[in-house]
Amino acid sequence: MLDRRDFIKAQAVAAAATAGGISLPAVAQPSMVAGEDAQLTWSKAPCRFCGTGCSVMVATKDNRVVATHGDMQAEVNRGLNCVKGYFLSKIMYGQDRLTQPLLRMRDGKYHKDGEFRPVSWDEAFDEMARQWKRVLKEKGPDAVGMFGSGQWTIWEGYAASKLMRAGFRTNNLDPNARHCMASAAVAFIRTFGMDEPMGCYDDFEHADAFVLWGSNMAEMHPILWTRITDRRLAHNHVKVAVLSTFEHRSFELADVPMIFEPGTDLAILNYIANHIIQTGRVDKAFIEKHCSFRLGQKDIGYGLRPESVLEVRAANAKDPTDSKPMSFDEFAAFVSEYTLEKVAELSKVPKERLLALAEMYADPKIKVMSLWTMGFNQHVRGVWVNHMVYNIHLLTGKISEPGNSPFSLTGQPSACGTAREVGTFAHRLPADMQVTNPTHRSHVEEGWKIPKGLLPGKIGYHAVLQDRMLKDGKLNAYWIMVNNNLQAAPNSDQETYPGYRNPENFIVVSDAYPTVTAAAADLILPAAMWVEKEGAYGNAERRTHFWHQLVNAPGEARSDLWQLMEFSKRFTTDEVWPKEILDANPDFRGKNLFDVLFRNGNVDRFPVSELDPAYENRESKEFGFYVQKGLFEEYAAFGRGHGHDLAPFDTYHEVRGLRWPVVEGKETKWRYREGLDPYVPKGEGVRFYGNPDGKANLFAFPYEPPAESPDKDFDLWLVTGRVLEHWHSGSMTMRVPELYKAMPMALVYMHPDDAQARGLRRGSEVKVMSRRGEMRTRVETRGRNRPPRGVVFVPWFDSARLINKCTLDATDPISKQTDFKKCAVKIVAV
Amino acid sequence: MRRHLMLALAAALPCLVPALLAAQGTGQVKEPFRPPIQFTDEDPAPPIPADVTDDRRVARNYPEQPPVIPHNIRDYQISLNNNQCLNCHSRQFTGATQAPMISITHYVDREGQTLGAVAPRRYFCTQCHVPQTVAQPIVPNTFRDMDSLISRPSDGGDRR
Repeated sequence: MLDRRDFIKAQAVAAAATAGGISLPAVAQPSMVAGEDAQLTWSKAPCRFCGTGCSVMVATKDNRVVATHGDMQAEVNRGLNCVKGYFLSKIMYGQDRLTQPLLRMRDGKYHKDGEFRPVSWDEAFDEMARQWKRVLKEKGPDAVGMFGSGQWTIWEGYAASKLMRAGFRTNNLDPNARHCMASAAVAFIRTFGMDEPMGCYDDFEHADAFVLWGSNMAEMHPILWTRITDRRLAHNHVKVAVLSTFEHRSFELADVPMIFEPGTDLAILNYIANHIIQTGRVDKAFIEKHCSFRLGQKDIGYGLRPESVLEVRAANAKDPTDSKPMSFDEFAAFVSEYTLEKVAELSKVPKERLLALAEMYADPKIKVMSLWTMGFNQHVRGVWVNHMVYNIHLLTGKISEPGNSPFSLTGQPSACGTAREVGTFAHRLPADMQVTNPTHRSHVEEGWKIPKGLLPGKIGYHAVLQDRMLKDGKLNAYWIMVNNNLQAAPNSDQETYPGYRNPENFIVVSDAYPTVTAAAADLILPAAMWVEKEGAYGNAERRTHFWHQLVNAPGEARSDLWQLMEFSKRFTTDEVWPKEILDANPDFRGKNLFDVLFRNGNVDRFPVSELDPAYENRESKEFGFYVQKGLFEEYAAFGRGHGHDLAPFDTYHEVRGLRWPVVEGKETKWRYREGLDPYVPKGEGVRFYGNPDGKANLFAFPYEPPAESPDKDFDLWLVTGRVLEHWHSGSMTMRVPELYKAMPMALVYMHPDDAQARGLRRGSEVKVMSRRGEMRTRVETRGRNRPPRGVVFVPWFDSARLINKCTLDATDPISKQTDFKKCAVKIVAV
Repeated sequence: MRRHLMLALAAALPCLVPALLAAQGTGQVKEPFRPPIQFTDEDPAPPIPADVTDDRRVARNYPEQPPVIPHNIRDYQISLNNNQCLNCHSRQFTGATQAPMISITHYVDREGQTLGAVAPRRYFCTQCHVPQTVAQPIVPNTFRDMDSLISRPSDGGDRR
């Protein structure tokens, strides 16, 4: 060690001399700058990446971001960022930012097989509108669609929902959040009648035990991991249990580490429920007063194409959501077969660890926080497994109070705020309302000031179904915004790419960078990103957080909000609404969609004079009213008084976010408990008021195996996921040199014995092959992820190595979310 | 004069050249799609790049940026019982090891109290500090630090 340090010292002297000699004229000058010249403008913004929702301070100078750091005043992160957050300053400055619309052209006009040529916004929207009108005329609203994002700002998602549902009259609108937390969202509604966690991040400072269910928070939610680390290291009694199908960085803090056989988390959870019941630790008063028990449908298939043998063979693939009431005793009998012995054998987790885990829940003195993300949600039984974790919290009454908290983490910055709360799913409307409910539709029609009966009641195509319908030629005009679905979608070689290049289809991609998705599109629209526009995100703890536009976007890049609103101007009601609606509402005849949707007396209610003069706001100045405020206030009206109360728009520019419901200016940290939640009536103690009877539902489900398991031909489990340094598909972080150099390529992490058995070693070039596709990479046997024998892990951030060519498009049949964690592959040397 | 200086810098620090050229505004992007970016591309996988182990400090982009790690940390143990990074970088060992001391901010807890040892929430070093490989970024980044903006006329954010 000292030898190395001596060497460093010598090197440092030499380096200083060299560097000093060369760079003195350039560097010495600014070092003398002080006072006014050195002043920077600092503003707050939420981080652009994950669902944690850290606040950062952003320094700008001369219309450029020059520095960022963790916001000391933010409750979420108190001055900290993870490595990605610390490099936010550089994400907008990749040299290949898209700065003008690009259209595939041949002989001066659009051609599906043409080369990308720069066009003006007018030309771009003209062609796009021509294609939309052609498709609407030939096939109707079912043939147009949009794939949005949990990275949309709240108003962007809201504007998209209005344009698609009320403008084009289709619910073929889904966010990439479908790939991310649809299972969590569906289970929330089915259990509590309301989406999103009852607790909040303050639970981290109150819990005595933390259980990570398939989540690798050390890499994926690093700042929340700092709060668990803080709690664990500063309090000896605190314990951390980590469950995963492979060993990863979160195991560094684990008191109870557990590697389980993929898919057996279902059995482990039923065992815990059984253990609680058998040892007499059920909180009987709580379940009697606050819970209902239901027997769920079993054998529900795997969300594959209906002709797939697995779907044909499944008894209940057509009605996977059914359930019927059962008694507590019946529930107890149902889970009684999940004994310690049986589950230890099935899951391959040692008995004493399963018991230690079960006691964290059963022991009434331990306050326990359960945490999960993609391990649960990207699961062919994702809804079940979410239900099962609520089961064990409800049986013990460990819920809705500080430290006792089943907590669904989110992966995207506004998965909650935009995808869920605004309702950009194919089945949802704002504030937890559903498209299939006529009362809900009618309420939204009133709020939007559009004719009665205009909104479609049919659930639209979800993410995976959109890809299938594009391939099958049934979805033909398609707009992709703020996501990189060709890199993210499952089984992409067979099910995604063919639809994008299908000659019947016109594919539009709005993005800041040329992603693989953009490269496969027909029209690319350059997008403004992050602090290049005024925005709002909603994080995993119900926190709504705003930011101002701090710099201008490069070239002709424009925000998604501007794009959505501007495109709406190209349509009149006569072109997109049915004759009966217009006959019954003659005032709407011949109206421009922009006027109907955005100049409706709500959205255009706030003049530009209300803009903060310290900040630019390009959209508002162009459209002539404060668009973000108008959209937000129209949207917020749906939730106020219904348990989703948001504060007034201007408040959010002053604070570091607020957790809804915000009632009489006060945020709500814990829901459903008297004294903590203003919606719980006095004397009730606890009320799950999302359901009319005020009770939460426990569901009984069995263990069922994954859609595809290893066999003799494809002998390894493939698990995909993220890494610390890159966020999602890497379109931003791979353009930050420090992050790129830290993690430049997606490797296949495997057990050294599995490598050796195939004649491979660290660094060997291999193909990862499934029945559906393949990718080439190198073997890593000594990395941060250490799978057991029989399992490999490949991250999906690398556009040059697309692991989703191998994954299976099996989804949870209820939530329609893909299982990216379980399919069969083989590894062969190149 | 400036050109001369640039050449000298370029010769001394070859890895900086793309960034500097971009900073000069000469990095016009004509073809946005850089290989391998097409979905159908299937390129051979390059060898796993080696870690940078030259122990030379890299200047930060801004004061609050966590410095990158200029040495190998493979097999370093950071667990409940041991943190190998702190064996050199915590205050009491830096005299012997001559390693840079962890920032004083790392002794402050969530409540703003200064502690006698590293704050628990700062315990896992690699959440913020990452080693670097020798891999060369495919896409240059045109970020400019505050010094370059103070000393040089700005383009007003126009990066066309």
